[in-house]
Amino acid sequence: MLAVILYAVLFMLGLGVVLGAILALASKKLSVREDPRIDEVEEMLPHANCGACGFPGCRPFAEAVVKGEAPPSKCSVNTADGTAAIARYLGVDAGSTEKRVARLACQGGSNVARFKAAYTGEPTCRAAVAAGGGGKACSWGCLGLADCMKSCTFDAIHMDEHDLPVVDVDKCVACNDCVVACPLDLFSLQPISRKLWVACKSLAEGDEALSECEVACTACARCALDAAPGLISMKNNLPVVDYGKNHLASKIAIERCPTGAIVWLEGGKVIKGAAAKKIIRNEPLPILPDES
Amino acid sequence: MTFNLTHLFRGSFSHGIHPAENKHFTADKPIRRLPFPERLVLPLSMHAGKPSVTLVRKGQEVVRGEPIARADGFVSVPLHAPASGVISDIRLMPTARGPRTLSLILDVYAGDPQEVLYGAPVDLGELSPDEIVTAVQNTGLVGLGGAAFPTHVKMKVPEGCQIDTILINGCECEPFLTTDHRLMLEQAADLVEGTRILMRAMGAKRGIIATEDNKLDAVEAIRKVLKPNDDVSAVAVETKYPQGAEKMLIKSVLNREVPGGQFPSAVGVGVFNVATTAQMGQLMPMQRGVIERVVTVTGPGVQRPGNFMVPIGTPIRWLLETCGFTGGARHLIMGGPMMGGTVSSLDVPITKGCGGLLVLSEHQLTSEEQMRRYPCISCAACVEACPMHLNPCELGRLAYKGQYETMAESYHLNDCFECGSCSYVCPAAIPLVQYFRIAKSSNREKVAKAS
Repeated sequence: MLAVILYAVLFMLGLGVVLGAILALASKKLSVREDPRIDEVEEMLPHANCGACGFPGCRPFAEAVVKGEAPPSKCSVNTADGTAAIARYLGVDAGSTEKRVARLACQGGSNVARFKAAYTGEPTCRAAVAAGGGGKACSWGCLGLADCMKSCTFDAIHMDEHDLPVVDVDKCVACNDCVVACPLDLFSLQPISRKLWVACKSLAEGDEALSECEVACTACARCALDAAPGLISMKNNLPVVDYGKNHLASKIAIERCPTGAIVWLEGGKVIKGAAAKKIIRNEPLPILPDES
Repeated sequence: MTFNLTHLFRGSFSHGIHPAENKHFTADKPIRRLPFPERLVLPLSMHAGKPSVTLVRKGQEVVRGEPIARADGFVSVPLHAPASGVISDIRLMPTARGPRTLSLILDVYAGDPQEVLYGAPVDLGELSPDEIVTAVQNTGLVGLGGAAFPTHVKMKVPEGCQIDTILINGCECEPFLTTDHRLMLEQAADLVEGTRILMRAMGAKRGIIATEDNKLDAVEAIRKVLKPNDDVSAVAVETKYPQGAEKMLIKSVLNREVPGGQFPSAVGVGVFNVATTAQMGQLMPMQRGVIERVVTVTGPGVQRPGNFMVPIGTPIRWLLETCGFTGGARHLIMGGPMMGGTVSSLDVPITKGCGGLLVLSEHQLTSEEQMRRYPCISCAACVEACPMHLNPCELGRLAYKGQYETMAESYHLNDCFECGSCSYVCPAAIPLVQYFRIAKSSNREKVAKAS
């Protein structure tokens, strides 16, 4: 009886030694040689895996940085010190990538933009859009149900008291999540040097636009007339800024805007022109009365 | 539901639900014409596919029945003037779906007769199947049951498919709606004529007009216009929701199953709606265009519900006022209560795909307490209800986590045709079908952005 146990143990031991040897050999023979710096660089990255750099995650980005295919500064989540540390470690130039932020092309909060029907369903923008457009009078405007805020992993978007998302410029890393989340395509990623910004997407013009939202662009074209030639053109009842001529941009363009639909963004502040109407109302507008 | 012996002999499919029918409001009301509204709004993209291209300019006068927009490619249809008048504007107007689309605004001449003078007779017997398909495109016909998919595209038989049966769908399984019921009673001859055109165009040997067994008078009416030993027949299937979904109906009538992700042509069947077929039978011999359709205006929120023949482009505000809408209602649905969409504005027009206008009054809305959502306890009521044999319970959980791709890849989300049976039966009041719609729209957007 004892012998049986002994043989069994010995056999298993022998088998273990043989298989272990094969494994040890295989790991030597079949090992994939990888640059050890990739692990180091990945360790120095913020592990957000957000995709803002354009790579699928932090590891593929680290591989690209080590190969010299991308500058360390392409990671918009990392701090300046962190980027410099990677550059020092690899002995390369940190490079300079201009900071980009997500911007909302709408200013129609509940105190200035009207609803024509109350939406009571599932509280997400995408569900509201599927239900007859969500009930906002302006069919292009922000519905205020915070799909962007929920999608933001960096806590950079918050809804203000008028149900309008506000982007925290310091926290925003331009990861593109809100751009994808918004069913109305109101968000876009913009370099911070672009200060002139059209914060409206309404294709309606004049009184029709105003009846839906008090801060809508009425397509009066004053900004296009006042700005440097060729900087702003009118297209489909909206001004379009040619950012190729961004160096010509100045605050002159926004000064005569009657509604404040075109704004100047500087240091996280929204600056409206002198002629823009002052909004002092804080409470939400009532739902449009039905004429019938 | 009481046990009915006849159900044993009528075709049906497994799963599905029995919502309250509520058809008594309008089922016995004959189709009526109304005077023209003062202004019609005609969106250029009221069908699935590419928007039509306008043929008229601002200020141009048009005659009832005249083409005012042409088809842009094969998957598109032309548009005809529903009334005589003048095109007063071409601009963006709200639609029932939400986003504004380019629309023609037609100011109707007062006193315009409803007679259609446009069109020329054509001998359909001389046309080849391909010529019939082109002629159908010229009439601007789309699926009048609600999908608004161009009919002639469905009539084009795909390579390698042999169509043996044309199935005309007169189930109208949506509660409240009675347009198809009335059409089968009143336009049975046109309906049979349309069926014969479809059979000839698609090379089918038989045509079956199917309806639910709560509309046996419609079966009688159709049988009266059939010849002895006719290759067109009328049958009744079990009254059950969603009997009117084409895959369910094929299973019920022919006992054939359409493979997932494929079309009825894969099993040799062409399915068309009753309203579409009746219009085809009416318009084709004179080569006219679709300019009006039957709409059921119903629900406790209107004083005079009924079935009305209204011109395409009629603003729903005008239609509701004509039916005695007092403005007290809170909930307006275009189409039926199960699959129809909420309307957020009274200024949207009746389009080709809109068969009903349902006005629910205050007390019919679910209360806050009834809307309260409870956690899913995996009771599988939704699994029992899903006619596509999906697992809405698991799909709902994935949707809650936002795993939309997994839903499509591993749980056949794209086979869901959004009938809403799962939401209807869910005792926890989880809005399952709404989740699936969000998931599908999100997936579609991702595909569109990637390409």
